Amino acid sequence: MIEIDLAQSSVRELNQRLHRIGPGDNEHHWHVVNPNGAHAIAVGLTAPVHIEIRGHVGYYCAGMNAVATVVVDGHAGTGLAENIMSGLVRVRGNAAQSAAASGRGGLVVIEGDASARCGISMKGVTIVVGGSVGHMSAFMGQSGALVICGDAGHDLGDSIYEADIFVGGKIASLGADCVEKEMTPADFDRVAALLGCAQIAADAERFRHYGSARRLYNFRIDHAAEY
Amino acid sequence: MCGIVGLFFKREIATPALGSLLAGMLSQMRERGPDSTGFALYGDDAPPGAFKVTLHELGIEYDWASLEGELATAFPLACRAQPYGSHAVFTIAADPERVFAWISACHPELDVFSFGERIEVFKDVGLPDAVAQRFGLAQRAGTHALGHTRMATESAVTTEHSHPFSTGADLCLVHNGSLSNHNRLRQTLQREGIRFATDNDTEVAAGYLTWRLRQGRNLTEALEAALGDLDGFYTFAVGTRDGFAILRDPIACKPAVLAETDDWVAMATEYRAIATLPGAAGAEVWEPLPATVYSWHRQ
Repeated sequence: MIEIDLAQSSVRELNQRLHRIGPGDNEHHWHVVNPNGAHAIAVGLTAPVHIEIRGHVGYYCAGMNAVATVVVDGHAGTGLAENIMSGLVRVRGNAAQSAAASGRGGLVVIEGDASARCGISMKGVTIVVGGSVGHMSAFMGQSGALVICGDAGHDLGDSIYEADIFVGGKIASLGADCVEKEMTPADFDRVAALLGCAQIAADAERFRHYGSARRLYNFRIDHAAEY
Repeated sequence: MCGIVGLFFKREIATPALGSLLAGMLSQMRERGPDSTGFALYGDDAPPGAFKVTLHELGIEYDWASLEGELATAFPLACRAQPYGSHAVFTIAADPERVFAWISACHPELDVFSFGERIEVFKDVGLPDAVAQRFGLAQRAGTHALGHTRMATESAVTTEHSHPFSTGADLCLVHNGSLSNHNRLRQTLQREGIRFATDNDTEVAAGYLTWRLRQGRNLTEALEAALGDLDGFYTFAVGTRDGFAILRDPIACKPAVLAETDDWVAMATEYRAIATLPGAAGAEVWEPLPATVYSWHRQ
């Protein structure tokens, strides 16, 4: 186990060491202490390492993550796991706006609440939120799944394409073209499996399913007068 | 961009470390606002019947001693002037309106940056460490303080266009964002008797709150009314003689973090500014909700 103290070394030094890890290297477990809200910690990882960060992190933590596991034992600032490709990013506290934005794959677990625009433009990532999410979450979501154990803010799934949203609590309002869909037995199984992967205790039976009505896919002649 | 910070101690007596803690918070926000830095300090009360006024002049060699002599012949001064280079704080036992009329008639070169029982406002072009040092921020005690690092978008990079803006007694505002209906609103407020020193959008928001408070609303009510009347992007931090408030617009694009302990409440654009405070690791930390007023008052 390697411990990096960000009170002693810079984020750049940490990230460069993480980027240099090669296939044969044995530096798999890292602890990062004293993050003190620093930005861009553990960004752009491509090796199968396990990183635990003790404290609150700033913007863009674990952005573009591939393969690696990054655990934040605290809160995360704007843009957590932005454009994640694969691997696992877990936050034990809350995440600020735009968590997992544009994520293409992998799993992002936020044990607390996520604020506005969680999963904005998601493109295949799976996001499991133990608490609630803010407004405009899954905005323009293209694929992947957003599982929300608590409540969702206004305009959930606005202009969504083909991502799936599962909500256990209440919804303030659905966004344009987002509608409730049937919760099939396969969907219940899928939610239960995702909660299991995320190690979040919640009853899959209480979740409801939301997605695209697909009315924004094509130009509708009825709207011609609006242009 | 822009960075804003606020620190509000819950106890009534002045905290000696307030200035040095605010300087540390501002320093963390330098990349967000390298154009200019400003802060408002709420320190000791002026003696009964007197008020404090922070004056500014463009040059750093202004003859404040001479101005003090002139002021003393026109008005009773409650204590000695405190010069800080381009700024000076005077404590005057007179009606503020008469003092402002005298200043604009006799010394039109001077800007009034703030007035009230407690508030003092300092702001200047430059990075936060340099500006804090210029005005001796680290040596200042007080009950609460707000600060701002500016990356200008709406108006010029000058001292006068820097934040905080103070448009009424003991009230000040710092802002991250931009307002789009400030020109029309400024005209409306001017008709209501609110005075503006610049063409800056944030000054209009400060003037708006002054106007609402003058109507008898409290700070929370004034900010709730602002949600309907101000159009644009904003995270605001507001200070009054005994209070401190935060408001984000309904879209909430402009970041904000709040933290609270038994001793203090802190607000910052980014958590790294709060991380510098004693007890930050154990503080409750959260992101303020959109269109929701958060306020704290000392009784």
